[in-house]
Amino acid sequence: MNPPTYEIIIGLEVHVQLATRTKLFCRCSTQFGASPNTQTCPVCTGSPGALPVMNRHAFQLSLQTAVALNCEIPRFTKWDRKQYYYPDLPKGYQISQFDLPMSEHGWLEISDPDGAFPTKRVGITRAHLEEDAGKSMHDEAAGKADSRIDLNRTGTPLLEIVSEPDMRSPLEAKAYLTELRLLLTYLQVSDCNMQEGSLRVDANINLGIPTDDGEIRTPIVEVKNMNSFRAVERALAYEAERQYQVWQETGHRIGDVPKQTRGWDDQAQVTKGQRSKEESSDYRYFPDPDLIPVTVSEEQIDEVVKKQPELPAALRERLQANYKLSHYDADVMVNQGRALVDYFIEVADRSQDAKRATNWVQQDVMRTLNENGIGIDEFPINAERLAELVLAIKNGELDSSRSRDVFQFMMDEKSDLQAALKALGIEKVDDSVLVNLCRTLLEANPKVVADVQAGKQQAIGALIGQAKKQNPNVNPGQVREICLQLIQEMPS
Amino acid sequence: MSITQLSALELRDHIADGKLTSEAATQAYLDRIEACDREIKSYIEVDADDALQQAREVDQRLAAGDSVGCLGGVPIAIKDLLCTRGQVTTCASRMLQEYRPPYNATVVEKVKAAGGVLLGKTNMDEFAMGGSTENSSIQLTRNPWDLSRVPGGSSGGAAACVAGGMAPLSIGTDTGGSIRQPAAFCGVVGLKPTYGRVSRYGLVAFASSLDQIGPLAWSVPDAALLLEAIAGHDPQDSTSAPKPVPQYSETVDQPLKGIRLGYPREHFEAGLNPEVAEKVQAAMDVYRSLGASITEISLPHSKYAIAAYYIIAPSEASSNLARYDGAHYGYRTDEQQLLRELKEERKTLEAAGKYDAVDDLDSPLIRMYRKSRAEGFGSEVKRRIMIGTYALSSGYYDAYYLKALKVRRLIRSDFDRVFENVDFVIGPVTPDVAFPIGAMTDDPLSLYLQDLYTAGANLAGITSISVPCGATASGLPVGLQLQAPAFEEERLLRAANMFQAETDWHTRRPTLG
Ligand SMILES: [Zn+2]
Repeated sequence: MNPPTYEIIIGLEVHVQLATRTKLFCRCSTQFGASPNTQTCPVCTGSPGALPVMNRHAFQLSLQTAVALNCEIPRFTKWDRKQYYYPDLPKGYQISQFDLPMSEHGWLEISDPDGAFPTKRVGITRAHLEEDAGKSMHDEAAGKADSRIDLNRTGTPLLEIVSEPDMRSPLEAKAYLTELRLLLTYLQVSDCNMQEGSLRVDANINLGIPTDDGEIRTPIVEVKNMNSFRAVERALAYEAERQYQVWQETGHRIGDVPKQTRGWDDQAQVTKGQRSKEESSDYRYFPDPDLIPVTVSEEQIDEVVKKQPELPAALRERLQANYKLSHYDADVMVNQGRALVDYFIEVADRSQDAKRATNWVQQDVMRTLNENGIGIDEFPINAERLAELVLAIKNGELDSSRSRDVFQFMMDEKSDLQAALKALGIEKVDDSVLVNLCRTLLEANPKVVADVQAGKQQAIGALIGQAKKQNPNVNPGQVREICLQLIQEMPS
Repeated sequence: MSITQLSALELRDHIADGKLTSEAATQAYLDRIEACDREIKSYIEVDADDALQQAREVDQRLAAGDSVGCLGGVPIAIKDLLCTRGQVTTCASRMLQEYRPPYNATVVEKVKAAGGVLLGKTNMDEFAMGGSTENSSIQLTRNPWDLSRVPGGSSGGAAACVAGGMAPLSIGTDTGGSIRQPAAFCGVVGLKPTYGRVSRYGLVAFASSLDQIGPLAWSVPDAALLLEAIAGHDPQDSTSAPKPVPQYSETVDQPLKGIRLGYPREHFEAGLNPEVAEKVQAAMDVYRSLGASITEISLPHSKYAIAAYYIIAPSEASSNLARYDGAHYGYRTDEQQLLRELKEERKTLEAAGKYDAVDDLDSPLIRMYRKSRAEGFGSEVKRRIMIGTYALSSGYYDAYYLKALKVRRLIRSDFDRVFENVDFVIGPVTPDVAFPIGAMTDDPLSLYLQDLYTAGANLAGITSISVPCGATASGLPVGLQLQAPAFEEERLLRAANMFQAETDWHTRRPTLG
């Protein structure tokens, strides 16, 4: 297949459930997984006469997110009703924000560690707060009146983050989502669990096809129903190719046909047209008279900025600058989450050996975490102990050839370094003992001495093996060094 | 004097002094309801056992020496637009005919906490939409002064039950005049508090930015007492004001000195019944005699009040009433019938070869919505939902809803400007007195004009009171309206009471039974 003769234009709409204990406009729990309709009250079931009251914590979390996304925060924001009929929307409208969202005009920087695309800023059009709807469970296939409604989710706070159409490949879209999720996780504003629906993605995609006299844009398609970032990447790749084919067949440009919505079928790996239920839907937005507008003060924003935790991008830079990690290593580390990074930093700081700390954390520690599916908080060797291990190696007190055994023992037995060394019979060999051992070996191996004297330094290797056999605790490097020194001192 | 002729304050004091029990008072009102409400039909529901039970509890607390609150043992009627836990709350609509809320409105809680005894739920126009209570899907309420006439609305039952001596105090709601107009028609006192003075939590919303709950009573001090019990900030209503509540009943009989009254020339123009004008003029003379200065003022944008009101209120109503869709609670159309109907329609269309039309057939869900709402709502409610839906539709929003909001701001600034020079605005409540039942059924626009003098206070969010100030030659009550700046209820009640202290219109009772 030829390289694509078009440019892919992608914008993403991400809905994130905010990690509040209670809902956006009532005090019902937001806990996932409760029995249907047990986390409801007159407010979130839309009972006549009930009134919403804004959850300040939810607003605070969205403010933190907006600041981290470099958004402008208007001093005044209000609530609007988005009106449509659906059984999982008991009031007949969703409380959302229409023309005065709580934040707009931000950006998020994305990059690819392998350099697949140049580092770029993706514009954030706006981020606004709204309430989630309930869940409908249909048995449409049976064609029977068998729908059930669960209103536990109704009223859960959602932050809708709308990007500019700034992404140019499915890979960039995935990078944006990964970076966004990381940011939200670092801010602790959401658990971002896609399986439980706390992070949902819709994509808008079309193509720019270069022509002799400029560029043609194909109609924008909204893609829904993507349940993982991998699905997003695949759906967009599929959709781009599909749109190109449709364009070749029909020549349709943007504006020629109404905006289409397609759903990703993960089984079939295709997008399928969805029945356009809205047909130029009119949501009749208007300001919700039950809620008072929210004013945001300069001090409030300053406070958020002041308390903002270090964000992934800054952390990556710090790891590269202060700990000499490569871009790639810094990225891998930061993607593991703040707790692992903190673990690494403690090991590196205590041992004053960032390079060894990096290797240990990225190889042995992370492999163990992945193999066991655990987090760093459950890892048996704490940072202090791992730092001791690194320090012992650095100071030559522990031969690196035996360090993995020590690591394994510390992990299995949850022991500290000294206990591990003792149990494994590892102890530092006294310098005089070592010199004597080397002297004995040299006396017993005149051929090796002669070879070295003739310039074949690698001949020492045979002595190192013998030294270890006699005393497993010897440090091979030291044995080599002492032997060479002794040979040099011999009269030739 | 019989129990039902006592004022609420007298009743409370008699109960506190042990001259009377709450149970006896409640029983007296239940007897009066039994005797008179067959004719008036002001109550939708009276739970006698429950009322007596509440009364006995108050009596027990009194006997034990506990404090019982400022309403201690006084029976109170509640407009059926306020949620009462486990009891019918119909909003006078077929849609909610069987509906029993899972919670009490804040005002209901406050009344109970103040020792009030809930007598029953009063009739109204469906979802408070109307000015005659003829739009009730439950029953027709008659004006106690003339049974052939309407009691006004939408709080028609709330006003009629007080006028008929079937409750000493009653709670209504006012969106464009719905307390003041029926109070005027029935010759009782009705107060619309400042927007935000009383919690709306549990008040089934008609137009959220205009609705306020307020008291109806025979006298101004009684109204002051009830307002004192129900006013105040509520954390469950973001639009309620976090302001302290004065003890209105303590100060209500202290006259104000040197008050300045302004009468808007726009409220005395063509369309005002001369007999009403005459009584209002006479009331102004009473104030003059008390040392008030009275000047003509202008509310230049008041002529747009009705137009703005009938865009804003229906717009909000169209949204507030969207929840009545048959899915979660309330009326639902017969589902089996619905499915049969759809099947029939499909068959007919297919037989005729109209396959496009088959594709356009409603899904069962959409048809359920349609039929439930078509069957559950009355025609005035439907009219307003349609007006509101239209006004909020894209392409019309700016020309209607947004324009109406601009007018609303102008009306508010009219009042702001006027209140720089006068303390109260004085004038008629309604252009006319209670009209005959059925007179305006086919003329909704004339009915809308009933709100001409009252809607401004709702649009501006200020407080306003209706006080009986006379009767026409045929004996129908006339109301006097006093309006005051936001949160000036304390002064408004004192000013209104100055008039009642000088006159006896509020002591006249219709003859019933
Ligand atoms: Zn709730």
